[in-house]
Amino acid sequence: MAALRQIAFYGKGGIGKSTTSQNTLAALAEMGQKILIVGCDPKADSTRLILHAKAQDTILSMAAELGSVEDLELDQVMKTGYKGIRCVESGGPEPGVGCAGRGVITSINFLEENGAYEDIDYVSYDVLGDVVCGGFAMPIRENKAQEIYIVMSGEMMAMYAANNISKGILKYANSGGVRLGGLICNERQTDKELELAETIAKKLGSKLIYFVPRANIVQHAELRRMTVIEYAPDSEQAMHYRKLAEKIHNNVGQGVIPTPISMDELEEMLMEHGIIPNVDESLVGKRAVEAVA
Amino acid sequence: MSQNAEKVIDHFELFRGPEYTEMLANKKCMFEDPVLPEELTRVTEWTKSMEYREKNFAREALTINPAKACQPLGAVFAALGFEATLPFVHGSQGCVAYYRSHFSRHFKEPTSAVSSSMTEDAAVFGGLNNLIDGMANAFSLYKPKMIAVSTTCMAEVIGDDLNAYIKNAKEKGSVPQDFDVPFAHTPAFVGSHVTGYDNALKGIIEHFWNGKAATTPRLERKANSKLNFIGGFDGYTVGNMREIKRLFDLMGVEYTILGDNSDVWDTPSDGEFRMYDGGTRLEDAANAIHAQATISMQEFCTVKTLDLIEASGQEVIAFNHPIGVEGTDRFLMEVSRLTGKPIPDAIAKERGRLVDAIADSNAHIHGKKFALYGDPDLTLGLAAFLLELGAEPTHILSTNGDKDWEQKVQALLASSPFGKNCHAYSGKDLWHMRSLLFTEPVDFLIGNTYGKFLERDTKTPLIRVGFPIFDRHHHHRYPVWGYQGGLNVLVTILDKIFDHMDATTNDVSKNDYSFDIIR
Repeated sequence: MAALRQIAFYGKGGIGKSTTSQNTLAALAEMGQKILIVGCDPKADSTRLILHAKAQDTILSMAAELGSVEDLELDQVMKTGYKGIRCVESGGPEPGVGCAGRGVITSINFLEENGAYEDIDYVSYDVLGDVVCGGFAMPIRENKAQEIYIVMSGEMMAMYAANNISKGILKYANSGGVRLGGLICNERQTDKELELAETIAKKLGSKLIYFVPRANIVQHAELRRMTVIEYAPDSEQAMHYRKLAEKIHNNVGQGVIPTPISMDELEEMLMEHGIIPNVDESLVGKRAVEAVA
Repeated sequence: MSQNAEKVIDHFELFRGPEYTEMLANKKCMFEDPVLPEELTRVTEWTKSMEYREKNFAREALTINPAKACQPLGAVFAALGFEATLPFVHGSQGCVAYYRSHFSRHFKEPTSAVSSSMTEDAAVFGGLNNLIDGMANAFSLYKPKMIAVSTTCMAEVIGDDLNAYIKNAKEKGSVPQDFDVPFAHTPAFVGSHVTGYDNALKGIIEHFWNGKAATTPRLERKANSKLNFIGGFDGYTVGNMREIKRLFDLMGVEYTILGDNSDVWDTPSDGEFRMYDGGTRLEDAANAIHAQATISMQEFCTVKTLDLIEASGQEVIAFNHPIGVEGTDRFLMEVSRLTGKPIPDAIAKERGRLVDAIADSNAHIHGKKFALYGDPDLTLGLAAFLLELGAEPTHILSTNGDKDWEQKVQALLASSPFGKNCHAYSGKDLWHMRSLLFTEPVDFLIGNTYGKFLERDTKTPLIRVGFPIFDRHHHHRYPVWGYQGGLNVLVTILDKIFDHMDATTNDVSKNDYSFDIIR
């Protein structure tokens, strides 16, 4: 058996991270890979398309019910879905209370101690938003994910988040083995999206692994709680995800230490591409009506 | 009776003077909203009832007086067992002050440990800078040979990554690149001091055996005939370690003790302060990988550590804090089997003497009922000894015992006719024990210093065995392992039995016909 490959998907909330990761992993499963998905998002929606379930029992909710993580058994929280993909959701507190970051640490420790990683080719972590605190960096600690894939789009804030995540990776890359595997652009049909995605990838010292075009069929599949791979295996979109899966599979050991840029540089880049016009400082803070006058 | 410099009165006397007794009575009346004495009595009596016990055992969201401490305490214990090692706890100062004072109160010796002094800004920005500065300070001020890092709640909740932080600190020059800095994540809100001991010891062994955080090649095991010995978290470590070394030396066994705290907590008063003393030498810790086998005296203290050691190819054997004849027999026979060295006559004689002592005192212990609480391994070892003495360990409670522990205790009880009406209680606290003592009274209670409140409440005489023991001195200097250790425990139990006998037979002309000179 080849060495265990551990990867993680990061990205701004709502960018399509879970959709992209599940479709890609379903395609990897088609290729015969044995996969474990570890959802690290309190929303617990990283596995619904694989399991066809609304929401899976999460490690933390089960632990809370039983009183302690120590009372929890692995088979209570690990479910098997499409093509034998094993799924666990870390879960976490309700919005506004508690500490979701600690939840991620607790869950990953639980999985490791209870042998969840045995007989597996791939572990994939699906991680919420930015690296907001130490807990969300758990999947990129030493001996965890080797490569990070950042899901982004041509929107300013998605690129901002990608840059921020790169900062997090850089911190750990210096002391450990984690690398940036590349960027995955999930098309939003913004202006010059492909060009921008390629530029930011280059600025980060990385590459654009794949540009996933927007397609309504993803929505149709999602409504049925399925991946496109399963819902419409012969569709063009399914082919895209398969190609992405192949690229990730062949990207082993190709990760880099990212070179995040400053906020100014990011804005400059957008200006260069004409996404935001060259700023006339006299216009900053003016409302539309004022600017016209 | 006020204080004056010529004759300073201590608290025993001072607060009994009229000015204090009046003041305290007034305070109670005016500020403490006292209930009527009848009401107080009624409720107190109710808390002794079976009805209350049932409510008490149905308790879910509250723990009262848990008989356990937190992980970093165990991590500090493990770290102090190594040569010139400074325990460094990544977290706030107050936590580490507690570990130091807790050990110092038990061992009556200074205990050195430092913290990274995390405050509010560290909670927000992460404790990296605290660790970098703290390591640099600790290294230059206290000149240790090794710094063993563990964590408190705060560092764990914010997710500080020790592996990355320590590498950063080395890059910043806090300590030399090749300086030994093993580490363990020890969240205080998971497990107990026993878990923390396990994690920290595993961290240290992993550091030396598995390539010092990828800075040197992993060690290749070349098996030799030595034995490794791990004591576990043990309040009697000073006496026990010396006893184990004596037994090994008598048998002619070649051994390495992994974690030897016996000297650092028993430094002589000869005018020289020893911040570090004794401990396992660092090269011995590394070479321990070549040993043929590792013996742990406390299974529940070394679960993960033994997994790691077993993975290196060694045989591992775990005991449950063996006390008494049978426990010591099994320990020595395993040592003899592993090393091929016979058990010498000198030790066999010690065994005979312990058996003789047990026989001499048998009439006073046989059939007596005991309640005991403490760490999982200690309670197992003590319960086995009590059964061997023909006593009944009626209530056996361990706050940090789990279901596995409970099953082990039940199996032990099932193996002896004296265990028939005895029960194990895992995850319960001392308030549960209070209910047990009121509803199913026993003759004696065995536990640590905190048991004195149960003794006062329930009038069950307390025999102090365990950790911490703050209010009696120097018992940690005497072993409880080996046949000599068994003798010490036997005498401790007997002393209490006879003291209690004297105290209950000394009413003149009433019951003093039993106030005997000879017992």
